[in-house]
Amino acid sequence: MFDTAIISNTSSTGEAVRDVRPILPCEVTDLCFEVHGRTIIDHIDLQLTEGSLTMIMGPNGAGKSVMVRLLHGMLFPTSGEIRWGGRPIEDSTRKSQAMVFQKPVLLRRSVSANIAFVLALRRKNSPERVEKILDSVGLSGLANTPARRLSGGESQRLVIARALATDPDLLFLDEPTASLDPASVLAIENIVMSARDRGVKIIFITHDIGQARRLADEVIFMHRGKIVEKSEASQFFDKPASKEARDYLAGRIVL
Amino acid sequence: MQDFGEAFRLAFHLVWSANPDLIEIIGLSLQVSLSAMVISCLIGLPTGAILGISRFRSRNAVIIILNAMMGLPPVVVGLCVYLMLSRAGPMGWLGLLYSPTAMIIAQSILITPIVAALSRQVIEDLHTEYAEQFRSLCVPVGTAIGALLWDARYSLLTVALAGFGRAVAEVGAVIIVGGNIEHLTRVMTTAIALETSKGDLSLALALGMVLLAIALAVNAAVMGFRMTAVRNAYV
Repeated sequence: MFDTAIISNTSSTGEAVRDVRPILPCEVTDLCFEVHGRTIIDHIDLQLTEGSLTMIMGPNGAGKSVMVRLLHGMLFPTSGEIRWGGRPIEDSTRKSQAMVFQKPVLLRRSVSANIAFVLALRRKNSPERVEKILDSVGLSGLANTPARRLSGGESQRLVIARALATDPDLLFLDEPTASLDPASVLAIENIVMSARDRGVKIIFITHDIGQARRLADEVIFMHRGKIVEKSEASQFFDKPASKEARDYLAGRIVL
Repeated sequence: MQDFGEAFRLAFHLVWSANPDLIEIIGLSLQVSLSAMVISCLIGLPTGAILGISRFRSRNAVIIILNAMMGLPPVVVGLCVYLMLSRAGPMGWLGLLYSPTAMIIAQSILITPIVAALSRQVIEDLHTEYAEQFRSLCVPVGTAIGALLWDARYSLLTVALAGFGRAVAEVGAVIIVGGNIEHLTRVMTTAIALETSKGDLSLALALGMVLLAIALAVNAAVMGFRMTAVRNAYV
């Protein structure tokens, strides 16, 4: 059956009562994920802490997207464990997180209705809130435009705004700026940095080394389903410890 | 047997002069088939949506049966409803046989599988697009179904009109359960069948023209909705 949960608790103001227990730190222990006998994630141990922007980098097929899907509970691990704030993944942890997929999924409605939909889910819908959120990403002038009429950059800004409208503690971004022009990339980076400054933990996948240098606080470098390196951004870019990371940063093909 | 030219002339005259008998028959046809369409949508759309987004063991078997039921023969549906509603039948006490209600029931049974099967396909396609995002947002099942039905509204309107087209054009079910009683259960298709067998081609032709006009109008409406949807990028 469709995998969902029902928001049952509401406060006296009508807003959904969210689980206030912190979801960070996140502990990943001996995580494995296999599909048809092929290992995608290979015995990963990882700890994610509050604040900061964690950039996940690595060549195609390294397992970056699968990793964030596992962390968000969209996929179930073959073995190993993920614990958010000491708890296994459950709907309450997922409601404290938001995810922006590489290909924006827009409801076949107007721009403002896309925001209103998630606000209504969290029982805090109001025209003023929608207006404020759209304004924060520079889309208030397009409020009544059908969402699927937006350009690539505008679509991605809308899905990030929609993700942030749920007021998450943590935001996953799976290559949100792939194939966008520099102006759109800058607009999205500004939105992400402003969310990070508000204390939202960001987990960001990118292939763009320049973008990683601009945004990252820490970097996780993945290769063939393993975490090859996890370090502070400055250390990663100045003195990468692994050969794969050095090759990747130097622009050499990493196979 | 009337002269064809004369029959056409009379038919046009009947339509042009808004002949009361003709209007009554058209009115009842629309009332019966539109009611059947509404009922079949109330049942078929949620059924299609639930089937479109659920995964259970015998799902494929249910879909095959539902698709097969799209081709239900109207006379068989008419016969089954007749057996249910006849005096000796389990629902005979309702006294509905040979009434417009019986015709609505028969047509609803006929087109509900069409609405359910077509909407299942529409909803399933849209759900494929939305599923991951909805899971990420923890969207409750009821809200997901509502959102899918709303976002697929233009395609589903086409589905509803396809059901209406099937209902308004069928004769087998309504003639069995309605009985083609003048001023009570006579609809366009049953009247055409009767008048043709009597050799009174003018009324039959007039009704045939109206029926064709309705079919054209329904298709034009479908095209109009689709164009609006495409213009707004909603499909």
